[in-house]
Amino acid sequence: MSDIVAFNSVAEEAAPKAQAQRVLAGPRGAKPRRALSGRNIMIYGTLVVVALYYLLPLYVMVMTSLKGMPEIRLGNIFAPPVEITFEPWVKAWASACTGLNCDGLSRGFWNSVRITVPSTLVSIAIASVNGYALANWRFKGAELFFTILIVGAFIPYQVMIYPIVIVLREMGIYGTLTGLIIVHTIFGMPILTLLFRNYFAGLPEELFKAARVDGAGFWTIYFKIMLPMSLPIFVVAMILQVTGIWNDFLFGVVFTRPEYYPMTVQLNNIVNSVQGVKEYNVNMAATILTGAVPLFVYFVSGRLFVRGIAAGAVKG
Amino acid sequence: MQNVSVSVKDLSLSFGAVTVLDTLNLDIKDGEFLVLLGSSGCGKSTLLNCIAGLLDVSDGQIFIKNKNVTWEEPKDRGIGMVFQSYALYPQMSVEKNLSFGLQVAKVPKEEIDKRVSRAAEILQIQPLLKRKPSELSGGQRQRVAIGRALVRDVDVFLFDEPLSNLDAKLRSELRVEIKRLHQSLKNTMIYVTHDQIEALTLADRIAVMKSGVIQQLADPMTIYNAPENLFVAGFIGSPSMNFFRGELQLRDQRAYVHVNGVDFDVSAYPSRAPFVNGQKVVLGLRPEHVRVDETASGAQASHRATVDIEEPMGADNLLWLKLAGQSMSVRIAGQRRYAPGTAVTLSFDMAVASIFDATSENRL
Repeated sequence: MSDIVAFNSVAEEAAPKAQAQRVLAGPRGAKPRRALSGRNIMIYGTLVVVALYYLLPLYVMVMTSLKGMPEIRLGNIFAPPVEITFEPWVKAWASACTGLNCDGLSRGFWNSVRITVPSTLVSIAIASVNGYALANWRFKGAELFFTILIVGAFIPYQVMIYPIVIVLREMGIYGTLTGLIIVHTIFGMPILTLLFRNYFAGLPEELFKAARVDGAGFWTIYFKIMLPMSLPIFVVAMILQVTGIWNDFLFGVVFTRPEYYPMTVQLNNIVNSVQGVKEYNVNMAATILTGAVPLFVYFVSGRLFVRGIAAGAVKG
Repeated sequence: MQNVSVSVKDLSLSFGAVTVLDTLNLDIKDGEFLVLLGSSGCGKSTLLNCIAGLLDVSDGQIFIKNKNVTWEEPKDRGIGMVFQSYALYPQMSVEKNLSFGLQVAKVPKEEIDKRVSRAAEILQIQPLLKRKPSELSGGQRQRVAIGRALVRDVDVFLFDEPLSNLDAKLRSELRVEIKRLHQSLKNTMIYVTHDQIEALTLADRIAVMKSGVIQQLADPMTIYNAPENLFVAGFIGSPSMNFFRGELQLRDQRAYVHVNGVDFDVSAYPSRAPFVNGQKVVLGLRPEHVRVDETASGAQASHRATVDIEEPMGADNLLWLKLAGQSMSVRIAGQRRYAPGTAVTLSFDMAVASIFDATSENRL
């Protein structure tokens, strides 16, 4: 009994002290976070699964492209190559046959470069001036012009192919690289103009006014004020155009002759050639080679791309 | 006409069906500091943009230095403009920002350097010349923006709410600096603001605007003491003027405004026209023109009221009282404190009051 009393009194005495101690020793500073919480396992688990899911085809392609045909015939597509060979890559680039030509993808690669570079430069140059004029110089009929341009973006390409073939034929440039470059430039115009217009409209209007008060004209403002502020959106436009034009198949096959076929068309011709054995390793190597350029562009400018898209989104 | 710097004649501007400015006339004297004051959407910035040539007018003419500039480009109007968001070219250094306009105008290099260093000296921004705008504080940026107008040696400075983006302390500093600049340069300046303190402190004359119409154009003291109509009276002054809607009553050789059973003796009011008995009027009393006493004196124009809320503001003390069934504010010296519930006596100096016709809302 006395023990209990003693115990109680101790407890009573200890209680406020413990409380005081808890106040002093209580949570303080940054809240600790466990690395292995259920939440983290969920998040990272999902991320890993999704990443693997998307990387698996690439893995299979790379592995297959490094095998010889006997090894492929074993049918084990996930196994790494026993004997690594770069023969298929060399063949895909330099000597795979499409029709009568047996110089591989290299011809298509250079065609694609000759199509993509001028198309990208010309379309961006025109679209950026378009966007700048639409955003800052509200000329008469600007709204109508812009609406028509945007409506153009919603008409399916297939509808326009035949009329364009006729137009190019009448102009005498059907089947030439020039013709294809013009087509790519025109088809890039709506989306690029929209992109640039929104970006320029998002820049402070007072900058433009200040430049006008300073006496700068249309081109001076464009080159000296607007261009230096617009690097991110130019990178976005460049990525859109390079990947879009590089990956284009339809226009390439419709508007050019075989000697000007872009890489994608040539890849298709290699992969779909029906004579002889299906050379899976060569096909895989050829596909990776074709996709390498857009991939490379993304890796180099991906950070700028995200920044540009974000800028366009917030200010647009 | 010799000393008119900027002249706006019958200026109209409409966007589609919306009329922003309607046959507006305004003459600004050479060297004058004119403030366009109004709440947002009243057309004050639009008018400034028209004068600058950044907006095409629908009708009317604009003259600067007796030259018709209605169709001229901004650069040919002899104006410099300072914007609310500073509008400095972000990729250029301060020096380049200042010299850009001169380079466009193909001014010789030595002349550019001379003018830039002079402007930098006046505005005390020499140490900043090599910096980018992003490395400057708000006040420094606005100084550079003023400098950009300064180097161009213009006749007329246009300010479009230049201090609105700054914090209160910087705002009052730069306000003084702009006033000093005007005193030393003696250029014509047109200044748009919605801040009545800026307007009252800076202006030689204020044009109070509402829905595209100038309500009153006068020097600050006239605007403050003798507002032309109810809108101007309510817009100028903080806290705003107390308004009492009532009826004029003439008896015993004296004039009263009768409000909710309370009589205000307005015999001392310097009326422009004789009072008419029974006229519906609005009596305007500024919070700082009311005297507060603890004891009831026998004066004619005195009333009893109870303190509702007290707002001490340091230098001043603002009392909210109930009088004639409505709330009114009174500004007294900061050291005079009254607890809520205290009964006080109010007396009014009707010589500085304002009386408006209730229907036309114009000053009587």
